[in-house]
Amino acid sequence: MLSDSDFLAIWLTLKLATTVTLLLLLIGTPIAWWLSRTRSWWKAPVNALVALPLVLPPTVIGFYLLMAFSPNGWLGQLTQTLGLGTLPFTFWGLVVASVIYSMPFVIQPIQNAMEALDDRPLEVAATLGASPLDRFFTVVLPITRPGFVTAAILGFAHTVGEFGVVLMIGGNIPGETRVVSVQIYDHVEALDYAQAHSLSALMVTFSLLVLIGLYLFQRKGNYSFMRYGV
Amino acid sequence: MGANISLAFHLERIDQSGHPFALDFRADFPATGITVLYGASGSGKTTLLRAIAGLERVEKGRIKVGNNVWQSDELFIPTHKRSLGYVFQESSLFNHLRIKANLDYAYKRSYRADPQFYAQIIELLGIESLLNRFPAQISGGERQRVAIARSLLARPKFLLMDEPLASLDEARKQEILPYFERIHTEFEFPILYVTHSINELMRLADHVLVIDQGRLLKQGDPVKVFSQGEIPEQGEEAGVLLQGKVVAHDQQWHLALMQLTGGELWVRDTGCAQGESMRVRVQARDVSLSLSPHSDSSILNRLAVEVVNIQASRDPAVAQVQVKAGEDYLLARITRKSVDQLGLKVGMSIWAQIKSAAVIR
Repeated sequence: MLSDSDFLAIWLTLKLATTVTLLLLLIGTPIAWWLSRTRSWWKAPVNALVALPLVLPPTVIGFYLLMAFSPNGWLGQLTQTLGLGTLPFTFWGLVVASVIYSMPFVIQPIQNAMEALDDRPLEVAATLGASPLDRFFTVVLPITRPGFVTAAILGFAHTVGEFGVVLMIGGNIPGETRVVSVQIYDHVEALDYAQAHSLSALMVTFSLLVLIGLYLFQRKGNYSFMRYGV
Repeated sequence: MGANISLAFHLERIDQSGHPFALDFRADFPATGITVLYGASGSGKTTLLRAIAGLERVEKGRIKVGNNVWQSDELFIPTHKRSLGYVFQESSLFNHLRIKANLDYAYKRSYRADPQFYAQIIELLGIESLLNRFPAQISGGERQRVAIARSLLARPKFLLMDEPLASLDEARKQEILPYFERIHTEFEFPILYVTHSINELMRLADHVLVIDQGRLLKQGDPVKVFSQGEIPEQGEEAGVLLQGKVVAHDQQWHLALMQLTGGELWVRDTGCAQGESMRVRVQARDVSLSLSPHSDSSILNRLAVEVVNIQASRDPAVAQVQVKAGEDYLLARITRKSVDQLGLKVGMSIWAQIKSAAVIR
């Protein structure tokens, strides 16, 4: 059913989605924390910036990233100075593009969970001698964990499902940038509908299972332990 | 003289509902026993307590606890570096942790591990059987006891309590009050206890700070502060506190005789030994006045008193009369019609009949 190049595409897709999800959890957590606590004027613009990929066509993001990454673009200049070469049509170029493209799917659930977090448990922890960092790890993270699980699932699934940005910035290099969605596109272009069908059915099954898993998790958690003050 | 705690805070702001709020509070009080910060709701009690803990940053503030300065013009020690305990008004347990883990949270961060102390606290507050449960699985009173235990495990040098009983019903309050008395006798650190309940104040206070509209109105020994009935917002609960030594017991009727400066008072015998000091509370509504000493009534206690002051109250039918027996003051809540019929005037000698006196301790 699946060819070697299909498996290579699946492997690449999983590698990309895992890398992007981990990176986004790292980058997104402080941003989400800041957004959930700040009263600064910058909150609205930053919120808008984070949400932008939700409404922009992937081609627009891909196009601007391509410009920035190009040998003459400002990001391209930077990566060259750092000795990293240029990013378009490489795996790491895809990673950077996907981090931007999937950002709202990771930041928003974490931010929502953090906004629902009352100040009280943090104050209690402070009176018990916990430093700000200590409070973050022992109070904020455990209480907002459901937000993180949702964020990881959505970020992963969304990265698996992206196409437009990949095509713009990654092209179609086997083992480097040819992810499942591109592979399906190739099969269709080659009128190889049977192959396209196997991979597509796999994607549908995967996505459905992930979403069912997510909703089961949310129902079970019921977020009840995020309420404070009983 | 022992160490003192001194506070000074100045704050002006607009609160959430748009009203201006000002705090201009200075006080010095002994760093021993229970100091009760008493005031009506909205008087600034909680803001003051939060400022002491560093949870609220008041720019113009000074706090000194014994020899430790927590805040001054050039210094602000963050909350987690102040050796304090804080018991919040409503349950403040970490709901995601079991009771044991809640206690350990404080214990692990205290300056030294002492398993014996840990065991002592659990025993003191009677929470042994709760350790493996989650906060949502125990009662409100139990949750508050755990919160108190947790604050003690942090090894505070100053314990702050913000109306710890306010969210509980009467039965739960009675269940917890004795624990405060135990904490008071077992530990040496000072406690600042915020309340708007006269009952809690009378029962617990060694020292009282009365706050009104963000200012210190009065402070001192509760018996003295509450002897003259000038404390606002007491309303139906108005009354005085009397203190005296037990001079005799009446075994047959289970009564004890308490010596006051201007007479004697029979009260319920609560097991106080002869010579011990006793504190009783006499509410204004339990005191009536007459021109002669009737002995043909059910009332046991009557004192010869002198009228000091006659005050109108919010209720147009009622007056509050302050009388004096020796050095002790009493308040009587009687109708204005009675004031007129008896022809009461300041300086008159009359009799006060005390229907009941609650023994506080």
